[in-house]
Amino acid sequence: MKMPLPTISYHKKEGASLITLKNIEKNFNNIKVLKNISINIEKGEFVSLIGPSGCGKSTIFNVISRLIPQDSGEIYVNGTIGYMQQKDLLLPWKTIMDNVALPLTIKGVDKKTRENKVKKYLPIIGLEGYEKNYPSQLSGGMKQRASFLRTLMASEDIMLLDEAFASLDSITKSKMQIWLLDMKSRLNNTILLITHDIDEALLLSDRIYVLSSKPTTIKKEIILDFNTANKKERILSSKTLKLKEEILKVL
Amino acid sequence: MKKSINIDKLYPILSIVTITFIWQIIVDLNNIPKYILPSPTDIFLALKSDFNLIITHTKVTLYESFVGFGFSIILAFILAIMMDSFKIIKKLFYPLLVISQTIPTIAIAPIFIIWFGFGTLPKIIMVIMACFFPIVISLVDGLEKIDNDYLRLFKTMSASKLQTFYHLKLPYAMVHLLSGIKIAATYMIMSAVVSEWLGGEKGIGVYMVRAKNAYALDKVFASILVIIIASILTIYTIDFLGNKLIRWKSEEKGV
Repeated sequence: MKMPLPTISYHKKEGASLITLKNIEKNFNNIKVLKNISINIEKGEFVSLIGPSGCGKSTIFNVISRLIPQDSGEIYVNGTIGYMQQKDLLLPWKTIMDNVALPLTIKGVDKKTRENKVKKYLPIIGLEGYEKNYPSQLSGGMKQRASFLRTLMASEDIMLLDEAFASLDSITKSKMQIWLLDMKSRLNNTILLITHDIDEALLLSDRIYVLSSKPTTIKKEIILDFNTANKKERILSSKTLKLKEEILKVL
Repeated sequence: MKKSINIDKLYPILSIVTITFIWQIIVDLNNIPKYILPSPTDIFLALKSDFNLIITHTKVTLYESFVGFGFSIILAFILAIMMDSFKIIKKLFYPLLVISQTIPTIAIAPIFIIWFGFGTLPKIIMVIMACFFPIVISLVDGLEKIDNDYLRLFKTMSASKLQTFYHLKLPYAMVHLLSGIKIAATYMIMSAVVSEWLGGEKGIGVYMVRAKNAYALDKVFASILVIIIASILTIYTIDFLGNKLIRWKSEEKGV
């Protein structure tokens, strides 16, 4: 029972964490990419996975969202998942409305219901009045926000953000980070973020997993229990600097 | 912006008018007989006197072209979707498609006439043979070029194969498909005319052979003129419809 087939090991379990990974291992062409990864995410948490680029961070997301099967280990997910990749991946031939509503369209929600639902969120993400525009008419930050809303439409439970802001310029990026904090407190969902930006992880997270390069293992778990109510103040905290030094040492 | 586009369109008109004018002068000055080189005026007069006959024949040619073209699109879609869904089909047939393009039209058309007679059917088949290839290749390539990240996105949204095709693959391939369709559109009337030329009862190609055999070169040129006009109109129409289909592309430029 401890080593079930990957396809059956992915199931819901009542009363447990929202996401639980137990001793996940994954090989690609006989090269070990993930080694003994165990993670658990509680409801409402903001957790970051930080590690050098090129390590198997995205592979962890792909395993969680069942895009690829793990070789061994167990996964429990209690809820639906929305997966936002680094590129905004908006479809250039669809309007913002149709792009954002796409997950609902695929679920078979009728046009009126899905447009009402999207319209409810558009002002929150600052894209009100842009629903009829095409993605090419929007700035990078706006596209990323549209992509975020699409991810939210895919699932209001869990969001996997894979270097969601890495392609943005630094000014837009820091704006988006603050925006994401605001979003998180409004939506009260669970977010799992992949990043290689230590400052980003320290600013946003409740918890950080520090990962090693290939084969990826968890080197350290950091709990950020200060300035939780107003994370923006963390930038000025001395604790942040200490933690940054700690992470840099581990990496 | 608008003005410069209009001026750009005037340039080819200017060159055409100039060449026609020089042509007329050369023929008139040298007293070149009509059966060697008719002047633009001769061609115009021939077109005027034989207009109804030319139009009747052209209608047949256009019918063959468009039926062949339509079938090419339908067949191309079926084959391209099958090639995209089953890699084995692509491996089996893609090389055959390329080989089929090396078969000379001139050689194959008489064979089709032997098999299918002098009617419109062998012409339609020839049009399909010419048009099918660029359409199917552009569609297959378009479907293949889709970014893997997009496919992953649709997987995470647990979209079905049909939904992925409708929302992602087809619109993505549309730009490629249109360039293939445009190339096919330039081939379609020409290949119908060539196969009529090789044997038939009706069509502008048949008319041209008859005119040529009577050394009525003015009528031959008149039919060439009609073919050119018909081809240009067809390409423009397809271009226009295509741009409507990928309207988002022009919105992109508009910003």
